[in-house]
Amino acid sequence: MSEQFEPVIVGFLCNWCSYRAADLAGTARIKYAPNLRPIRVMCSGRVDPQFVLQALRSGADGVLIAGCHPGECHYVNGNIKALQRFLLLKKTLSQWGIEDERVQLLWASASEGIVLAERVNKMTEEIRALGPLRWHDKVLGDNGAIPIPVKEI
Amino acid sequence: MNDKKQIPEQLEKVGVYICHCGSNIAGTIDVEDVAKWAKNNPNVEISRNYEFMCSNTGQELIEKDIKEKGLTRIVVASCSPLMHEKTFREATERGGINPFLFEMANIREHGSWATNDKAAATQKAKALVNGAIERVVHQVPLEKIPVDINPATLIVGGGIAGITAALELAEAGNQVYLVEREGTIGGHMAQIDKTFPTLDCSACILTPKMVDVGQNDNITLLTFSEIEDVEGYIGNFTVKVRKKARCLIEELCTSCGICEEKCPVKVIDEDYGAGLGYRKAIYRAFPQAVPGYPVLDKDNCTYFENGKCRACEKFCPTDAIKFDQEDEILNITVGNIILATGYDLFDARRIPQYGYGRLPNVFSSLEFERMVNASGPTEGHIVLRDGVTEPESVAIVHCVGSRDQNYNEYCSKVCCMYSLKFAHLVHEHIPEAVVYNFYMDMRTPGKGYEEFYHRLLKEGTHFVRGRVAEITDVGRNPAEEGKLIIQSENTLLGKQQRTPIDMVLLSSGMQARHDSEEVSQLFKMGCGFDGFFTERHPKLAPVSTMTDGIFIAGACQGPKDIPETVAQAGAAASQVAKLINQGTVMMEPVRASIREDECSGCRICNNLCPYNAIEFDDEKKVSRIITALCQGCGTCVAACPSSVIDGAHFTNTQVMAELKGLLWDVQPAPQKTPA
Repeated sequence: MSEQFEPVIVGFLCNWCSYRAADLAGTARIKYAPNLRPIRVMCSGRVDPQFVLQALRSGADGVLIAGCHPGECHYVNGNIKALQRFLLLKKTLSQWGIEDERVQLLWASASEGIVLAERVNKMTEEIRALGPLRWHDKVLGDNGAIPIPVKEI
Repeated sequence: MNDKKQIPEQLEKVGVYICHCGSNIAGTIDVEDVAKWAKNNPNVEISRNYEFMCSNTGQELIEKDIKEKGLTRIVVASCSPLMHEKTFREATERGGINPFLFEMANIREHGSWATNDKAAATQKAKALVNGAIERVVHQVPLEKIPVDINPATLIVGGGIAGITAALELAEAGNQVYLVEREGTIGGHMAQIDKTFPTLDCSACILTPKMVDVGQNDNITLLTFSEIEDVEGYIGNFTVKVRKKARCLIEELCTSCGICEEKCPVKVIDEDYGAGLGYRKAIYRAFPQAVPGYPVLDKDNCTYFENGKCRACEKFCPTDAIKFDQEDEILNITVGNIILATGYDLFDARRIPQYGYGRLPNVFSSLEFERMVNASGPTEGHIVLRDGVTEPESVAIVHCVGSRDQNYNEYCSKVCCMYSLKFAHLVHEHIPEAVVYNFYMDMRTPGKGYEEFYHRLLKEGTHFVRGRVAEITDVGRNPAEEGKLIIQSENTLLGKQQRTPIDMVLLSSGMQARHDSEEVSQLFKMGCGFDGFFTERHPKLAPVSTMTDGIFIAGACQGPKDIPETVAQAGAAASQVAKLINQGTVMMEPVRASIREDECSGCRICNNLCPYNAIEFDDEKKVSRIITALCQGCGTCVAACPSSVIDGAHFTNTQVMAELKGLLWDVQPAPQKTPA
């Protein structure tokens, strides 16, 4: 049987809205693609673009950043900062030829388990269609022979 | 586990515990396999699986292992950390290691409950557990931050919710500031004539409480005042209050009411009187107002228009009138805040086909409340807009603006009951009148509520099940001439019907205050799409908010009736009293700090902080975080180009380690570095 490609998506979920949305999706027994691997951060504004790059570099096929809706941020406007960084990061990523669908931003409030679950399903399918990321081939070229300087942060 | 070089030289001794949660986890995830697999991580000293980790036995297992096996880090894979992180942190601490050396992997909500695919769930659980193990190794001991609680409390809104909460706290001996936007406390309840289902006179049960508020020495009552700014955090809020000028020296006023009597200006009373009656330009909303002094309405006062009149000043026996009084700004410090800002009534003008504002004899529910009240503009007589004619037939239309996708989707909860009350009041005042209730579903959950419905059925009210499509004054036959015609469906008969009526009452729903979004931002707490404030947990923390030290009570959280509002206000007061009694709270040490010697002084972080917690040291040319103000969001940590801001418990190293652990099975083969 031909094995289906199962993308791995790293999720950076804010503690106050989206992590709780994921909790709610579970509590409500909403079944969704098991491809999301969540990391809890206090705020989507905490998501350093380096986290996203590191995730893609380390084998993730996609990254989902999820936070509170604009205006509902637990920290006033951290999600807006996340949005700004996200847009900038996307520009860089697209120049590297990384498809739009691979890095996504979602607003999901604590009561929107279904919103989160549906996005994970959608994103999984989108990335499945794209295939594995192969960061080293794509970004570094030359089969990844050029080493990436590891900076301690 | 795949990259031996990265492992710290001194291996940590991590204890890993995989919880079965009965079959909640074990039914989907192969917990034994995960536990066995976790042992492969060189940092893991022991790895167990157990039926219920949160049970006493489960917790003791952790404590015992720490003591006997010398564990230095703990990972529990079970439910959400929002559920049991506290439990296991405490167990870790009892075992003898710092509670922040514990990490939780959420394999239930995010794992076993989210999929039926056992293999995938097990694989995901391994990733989550491994992420937690890699992360916990980099966690460092932290101490919770003690914060003293200022025993004073701010309550915003002087309706029944604010009044109840203020009295509960003040009577327990605590200082309370009660801030109300209008000139008097009382809120919507003061406008209501009777309360369902007991038909108590609303004012009779409310005004004694208002008087109590006015007389309680522990309550500082700030009416005609608004909150302008809120700073600080639990235990230590500083609130800027604008006390608007009433044009009156409160200390001199004896509430004699002569100014009101002598004022020659008559203004339509839009607020308290719901637009039905008149008030003066200097006025008290109603005679039992607390405080008793009037408010001068500058917009309508002749003196402010053309500098003449001054009748109130002339006749005031104590010279209390002061036209040039200015707004006062007060800075008050409080430890906790209760928001009890109430609701707005849905404006029925938004549904044009119901004709409110266009057809004279269509009334809003608040208008009817004032009309039927003995001290209202018609002295309790139910009359048409002409002010004299008694209606022979009255229709009460339910769900106006509620349960309607075009307006508010939710059920406003109280309208069925107050519609029944209206029907009863019409029967009582005009026994020969024919009364209709046009309803969608009759919702009467509450003590004595269904019984009240049955009472109305016996009183002879006609109940028509169906949403009203239109209210019109265009008659089609002589019987309809001069009447209002209600075009509706009767779903029980399965047909359309036209009902000629003299008077229509629209039972509008409750909606969030028009400015609730601004208020939620002012207090830095959440409100939903519908504008109602968001509680911390819909079931278990209904009066707390996501912001520590800020609580909500009453209809600002969602539509509710008086008993529920009072219960919530009491609950909010007891939450505050608990904090006051504790004296100090321990705050999560999730705070940012800057390594000053490495800071380049670029000041990128300075403007990012929503709490202004970052200051710049001009002498040393470095930025510094004021720990007391920092809330730990980490946005500065993410922004620092030199990575010299540490977000405690969410450091870059910790997040990167978790990421690495999470992606254990997909990491590309390590690249060879050219020599």
